[in-house]
Amino acid sequence: MSAAILSQKNRITGGLVDRDQPLGFRFDGQHYTGFAGDTLASALLANDVRLVGRSFKYHRPRGILTAGSEEPNALVTIGDGAHQDPNSRATTAQLFDGMSAKSQTKIGHLSFDLMAVNDFLSPLLGAGFYYKTFMWPAAFWEKIYEPIIRKAAGLGSLSGLADPDQYDKGYLHCDLLVIGSGPSGLMAALAAAKSGLQIILADEDFCLGGRLNAERQEINGMESAAFAALCLAQLAAMDNVRILSKTTIFGAFDHGCYGALERVNEHNANGAIRQIFWHIRSQRCVLAAGATERPIAFSNNDRPGVMLAGAVRTYVNRFGVAPGKRVAIFTNNDDGWATAKDLHAAGVEVTAIIDSRTDIAKTPPTGVPTVLGGQIVNTTGRLGIRSVRLNNGTHIPADCLAISGGWSPTVHLTCHQRGRPVWNDAIAGFVPGGNLPDGMIVTGAANGVMTLASCLQNGLKAGQQAVRDLGRKPAAIKAPRATDESFAIQPFWHVKGSDKKAFVDFQNDVGVKDIKQSHREGFRSVEHLKRYTTLGMATDQGKIANIPGLAILADISGKTIAETGTTIFRPPYTPVPIAAFAGRSRGKDFRPTRLTPSHKWASAEGAVFVETGAWLRAQWYPKTGETEWRQSVDREVLATRASVGICDVTTLGKIDIQGRDAAAFLNHVYANGFAKLPIGKTRYGLMLREDGMVMDDGTTARLGETHYVMTTTTANAVGVFRHLEFCRQCLWPELDVQLISITEQYAQYAFAGPNARRLLEKLIDSGEDISNEAFPFMACGEISICGGVKARLFRISFSGELAFEIAVPSRYGDAMIRALMAAGEEFGVTPYGTEALGVMRIEKGHIAGNELNGQTTARQMGLGRMVAQSKDSIGLVLSRRPELVRDDDYELIGLKPVDSDQPLIAGSHFVGIGASTVAENDEGWVTSIAYSPHLKSAIGLGYIQRGNSRHGDIVRAVNLLGGQDIKVELCSPHFIDPEGTRLHG
Amino acid sequence: MIINHPHLGSRDASEFTILGDASLINRPDWQAGDADDAFYNYQYLRNNPAGLHRELWFHEQGDRSWLVVTRDTVTHAVIEVALASDVAKAAKAKAKTAQKTTPKKATTKKAVSKKTAAKKTATKRKAT
Repeated sequence: MSAAILSQKNRITGGLVDRDQPLGFRFDGQHYTGFAGDTLASALLANDVRLVGRSFKYHRPRGILTAGSEEPNALVTIGDGAHQDPNSRATTAQLFDGMSAKSQTKIGHLSFDLMAVNDFLSPLLGAGFYYKTFMWPAAFWEKIYEPIIRKAAGLGSLSGLADPDQYDKGYLHCDLLVIGSGPSGLMAALAAAKSGLQIILADEDFCLGGRLNAERQEINGMESAAFAALCLAQLAAMDNVRILSKTTIFGAFDHGCYGALERVNEHNANGAIRQIFWHIRSQRCVLAAGATERPIAFSNNDRPGVMLAGAVRTYVNRFGVAPGKRVAIFTNNDDGWATAKDLHAAGVEVTAIIDSRTDIAKTPPTGVPTVLGGQIVNTTGRLGIRSVRLNNGTHIPADCLAISGGWSPTVHLTCHQRGRPVWNDAIAGFVPGGNLPDGMIVTGAANGVMTLASCLQNGLKAGQQAVRDLGRKPAAIKAPRATDESFAIQPFWHVKGSDKKAFVDFQNDVGVKDIKQSHREGFRSVEHLKRYTTLGMATDQGKIANIPGLAILADISGKTIAETGTTIFRPPYTPVPIAAFAGRSRGKDFRPTRLTPSHKWASAEGAVFVETGAWLRAQWYPKTGETEWRQSVDREVLATRASVGICDVTTLGKIDIQGRDAAAFLNHVYANGFAKLPIGKTRYGLMLREDGMVMDDGTTARLGETHYVMTTTTANAVGVFRHLEFCRQCLWPELDVQLISITEQYAQYAFAGPNARRLLEKLIDSGEDISNEAFPFMACGEISICGGVKARLFRISFSGELAFEIAVPSRYGDAMIRALMAAGEEFGVTPYGTEALGVMRIEKGHIAGNELNGQTTARQMGLGRMVAQSKDSIGLVLSRRPELVRDDDYELIGLKPVDSDQPLIAGSHFVGIGASTVAENDEGWVTSIAYSPHLKSAIGLGYIQRGNSRHGDIVRAVNLLGGQDIKVELCSPHFIDPEGTRLHG
Repeated sequence: MIINHPHLGSRDASEFTILGDASLINRPDWQAGDADDAFYNYQYLRNNPAGLHRELWFHEQGDRSWLVVTRDTVTHAVIEVALASDVAKAAKAKAKTAQKTTPKKATTKKAVSKKTAAKKTATKRKAT
């Protein structure tokens, strides 16, 4: 232990770190020791490491500026290999044993960064430089300028490996969400919890208590940190309280919904959950997010060792670390004096208090020189500050400069519902305006209440108000005793005439000069200023820089800050990894894969699968010796048409429709008539959208007096079901009809070919008759098979062959395909996939997704006469619009290449022979193509103007992307058995 | 966003899909003389107000109810939620009575009430 302390040059007494728990860590390869309770930043400071990074643009040496999530400088990469996490704030990263961190934004060693040359080139890199500097010659941009800028700029880099950590998502509900565990938040939580509310108390820190841990103040006669611990212990003991530490509420959304990121095991998960993304839904919210201190701009105000005054107190009081041995203080408010007092009490030398105000009467700690009306005009030091130079010419030595430009209430969450903050002169900061998110009460420093006793009282009141708002009686609690420290400020944003390298936004290297330039060049609204200079962008979103930036802009334009206004704050408050949003939904778990009941069997058969929506369908079944997919598909097609083939059609949407008015309902949703469909019959149905375009097609079977089963295409299954529910509930609520999707309840197989019936006859139970007379084309009904399994049988055909589709409950699906294959063995039954299915339907001229693309009409498909004119159906009226019934409309045709050796390309456009290939000569397009092993030629379907009267014409099919321009002959889309004798056989 | 489902209580909006303007419930009469225009208006002309809007939402990840949600499109405040089937039934009953009392002028009356409705929306818009 003593060795651990000895190595930590800047460790002093006190604080909330556990000196009995030394933790070893590495920074840029060097070994150091810190203590449990440290952040990486406090541990680095304890080890006298001041230089922790290089700035974004000019690669200036930078140190630790803050002690919280607002940190713009101390961004480091934590972890190695796949665990490498860039842009982590050293000021919030909880130290653990074995932590490995690296500095970023540098080439070479941190103390001699090769890119620091940018600092000398800074005149070239001012506001909007990327719009101006590298514009000429134009060809240089992509090849030379951009890669160099990309390499030079940017922060840390990703590992490029898959994230090995685990993330989760969860939902939480409560009466009251308290955001922030400082004095106001703790009091609000206590008031509400003691009144019986279900509460969640969330704070981004791993150690709760907010500024109570960072200050040396007294409450009820005890140290403020001890008081915080006492309150937290009380809360933790209550059943109605859930405390979420390391949890940032990053967004306030509609209706009391809050987004929260809990860093359960940040950087140290070891297989456990790293982060949880919580959706919190709360009736009320108390926002006690505190305030953020801001710097003052003057030349070279960014050297390592420059730190905000409140952060200096945090390091001294909470972590027992002196950020320097000789500290100078520059302030425009009383806060700087508190820092002097605490440093003095901790035995750290304060070399001067420089206050920009003149007429104040404050007593400094004994022996500390003060300069009233003082301003710092410059600093010295290369890799760390050595001294400051004042406007009166004196030099003051300092290895740490504490700056306080006042505090800005953390109003971010109040703005997430378009609320706009309002300027408050008394505290020189924006406070929450109207339009707060539903049920939000803002309290404490976030609401502009800047002193301890007032914060405690204000928080208590906020908690009690939440209790009353929810119709409960607040428990009687007294505010604890504390004294209000003095708080007075006189706005002072930047030292005039000290503009060079006077930084406002440290993360983006935006200085006073850039703001002036932006204004000079006409980018004068705060939103323009932000985009032009990048002030307030990147990971810290200008938590520190925004207010000084717009104050300086106001100053330049001679307006008040209130007139100048702020940019709008949007979620997230601090960065949220995409991985947290994804949670467990990654890789295979991103979305489910739907498998049909025959999947195991098909896999064993060696099927090649294709994704159709979430489904996996067998595309073809290669046999030994087949080296190309076409060989398999041709074989499957020929075998099916010659004997019998089997295809899994489970993925088609199936909707069970029942009710007295089911027929009337179908008559409304289908364009063709369904009123007179007899029991035991199936009908092809064409479904239009209300705009008259074809929406979907399928078959609907009438199984009983009031019972129908509809099929839809695989792709439209969900949309059709939604549409039918819309029709049922919103358009015809008086009809007695009920719908349910049974897509997953039934496995369905099509078996087609001249031997289809003979195959099935081997499986049906005695007494069943499936002869052509008893069960003709388009028949349907229940049938008993395989010794008592109740199946549904449909005599429908997509292939044009004698065909059946049989549906069995999904649990029999695997057994069914095996039974069908076994029964078919003597016929040489062939399983076929979606490719062979496609070939056969194109050979028959049956439309599918390519023809049903949502922009085509029944008339174009040659199905115009199916649209019944004598009944009210969806789409009827608008399908008669003049533009949809033009004589020269596109019409479905078949096509084949004149030279049968040539392939076709889907998507090719039709152009007349001799016509030039320009859009005006476009006559139509090819929708589907296939190779027909029967015709020994490529064939296709397409739409062409006046297609019905052009069978036999020769046109060109042109595909400029595919590099093809060939002659094709137009023909009937029915390539095989146009009379349909096969399917009636 | 939270939608207060008449049967299931308050539900997260992510359980729903939205279709749009609830005027889609008022499908015109296919046999009316002005059916072509009426269907054209029905299909393509919708209000898109900044303010109160009646919308159709489908509880797809729930009980499959279509709901009519009256929502302020500026603040996302949900003012009223009703079952679309109830709204549709009421609209049909109203249309029937209107037809019974003045059978010939039914269409013109509809048009008038539509206009007043539009005016009402306009005033509401001003109010918000």
